[in-house]
Amino acid sequence: MDKRVANNIAVAVLWVAASITVAVLGAIIVYVFVNGVRALSPAFIFTWPHGVHAEGGIWPTIVSTLYVTVLSMLICTPVAVLAAVYLAEYAHQGRVVSTIRFAADSLASVPSIVMGLFGFALFVEAMGIGLSMLSASLALSLLMLPIVMRATEEAIRSVPRYIRWGSYGMGATKWQTVSKVVLPAAAPRVITGIVLATGRAVGETAVVFYTMGQAIWLPISPLESGRPMTVHLYLLAVEGINLPAAYGTALLLMLMILGFNLGARWILKRYRKV
Amino acid sequence: MTSEQPQALVKGELTLVSRETQVKEWLLAALFFSCAFVAVLGVALIFAFVGWKAWPILSDVGLSEFLLGRVWAPSDGSYGILALIQGSFVVTLGALALGTPLAVGTAVFLSEIASPGMRSVVRPAVELLAGIPSVVYGFFGVVLLRPIIGELTGSVGFGPLTAWIVLAIMIVPTIAALSEDALNSIPMGIREASYAMGATQWQTIYKVVVPAAKIGIIDAIILGMGRAIGETMAVLMLVGNAPQFFAGVGEPISTLTSQIVMDMGYSTGTHRTALFGMAAILFVISMSLVLAVRLLSKLRD
Repeated sequence: MDKRVANNIAVAVLWVAASITVAVLGAIIVYVFVNGVRALSPAFIFTWPHGVHAEGGIWPTIVSTLYVTVLSMLICTPVAVLAAVYLAEYAHQGRVVSTIRFAADSLASVPSIVMGLFGFALFVEAMGIGLSMLSASLALSLLMLPIVMRATEEAIRSVPRYIRWGSYGMGATKWQTVSKVVLPAAAPRVITGIVLATGRAVGETAVVFYTMGQAIWLPISPLESGRPMTVHLYLLAVEGINLPAAYGTALLLMLMILGFNLGARWILKRYRKV
Repeated sequence: MTSEQPQALVKGELTLVSRETQVKEWLLAALFFSCAFVAVLGVALIFAFVGWKAWPILSDVGLSEFLLGRVWAPSDGSYGILALIQGSFVVTLGALALGTPLAVGTAVFLSEIASPGMRSVVRPAVELLAGIPSVVYGFFGVVLLRPIIGELTGSVGFGPLTAWIVLAIMIVPTIAALSEDALNSIPMGIREASYAMGATQWQTIYKVVVPAAKIGIIDAIILGMGRAIGETMAVLMLVGNAPQFFAGVGEPISTLTSQIVMDMGYSTGTHRTALFGMAAILFVISMSLVLAVRLLSKLRD
């Protein structure tokens, strides 16, 4: 076959592959949006579900999701950022560092059901915290840890060396250089990583299923149980009850994650200096 | 990075800073190290707790009967998970077979063919789709795909085929984004050399660029496989959850992940330890995949 004909055919095939990908994924979004937008209303967002078919709104599930997400972000961020500071600024390459990296990669790939059972065994049962926001946040923060660690480490590594030299040249210690010069310069990308990891936490189902429970409840203290939006959607979908509410919940979830992603992009664009 | 550490702080030859500052710096470094060690601790704890809870299934039932037993009927005391392991692999491999060509094709398109403007739209969209919760994909499969598949196969529509399609859609963004990174890391000069010799775009792609990015693309596929085999909610909602061997694309099966969720709510005693045993197997599989990626990247260097 003439090489130009072969080229045209191959390029056409690649066009088709990319179009199918975009079309399928676009179709999912449009489908959920079209069906979900009818259910969305202030009443749907701000009232409680009631009755056997979970009529009404989904307010407690939204609060539970946001509660557990914010709490896991607060637990995860300091540890992950300082861990990345260690890897990028302090560590000597060697067995310890490669063990830490392997552990972080493994943590990033743990199936969520395994993390769920682990959280249940350790936090809920062994430590006696029970099905609660705190148990769920601890398990989720372990899931978010490698994501934030990697983003922070890459951000720190992308800070130019001469900025550090300037700081050292003025007599600053290592910690002063890291805390006053390197981290502020890396901040936008660190925050982007945190926001993206938080988006992961919002969409997580199996982990929170076994660590938070599924009671419809408005959590106040971190030791209280609740039902996140993902679990609510799952229960509505498998029981086949109240499909409009399921569509509405799915759409809200997707909008929240879209918000997190766009937010992360905006931060990166707006404040990026390095 | 450590090379630029001021020597005075390391060896203490110069006393430019006070002892107090030195101690503080040392303590901070120790704190950062312990934070980094949390990752190792987390993995160790998962191993310890899941393994501890799973131990009785090995001591009471035995490894070979657990792994190779053909019947999963906890109420009759049969704890064989062979059908579930098969189910997990059937679902994963089918999804990979459907998803990989699409994902790699998309990645090649984005990196080699698409205009910068098109790339700047499609690439973020693909990344965004990697973030859609699996429960939403599962829900989409239940309400839209299941009736269609049911019509086609003359069944209820729960089964491998439905799971394959939805799972393939789910892993496409993962594989496509990582493969595109691998393709983009190939220097432009290599492509230019190929074009200079009169190669067409396609010849350059399949004889030069893709072979050069091969290991990165394999990494992406392995990570996609890890995502598929550990996927819980979407699979749970679509495979039909009948713990039997694969008998056709429309016949319900069950997987390790979905069976754990099905049984966790009511299981006790040995039954529950079997579920933790299944979680331990999943953890070992996912860690081996990570290990495979690491070994591959050693190969590349």
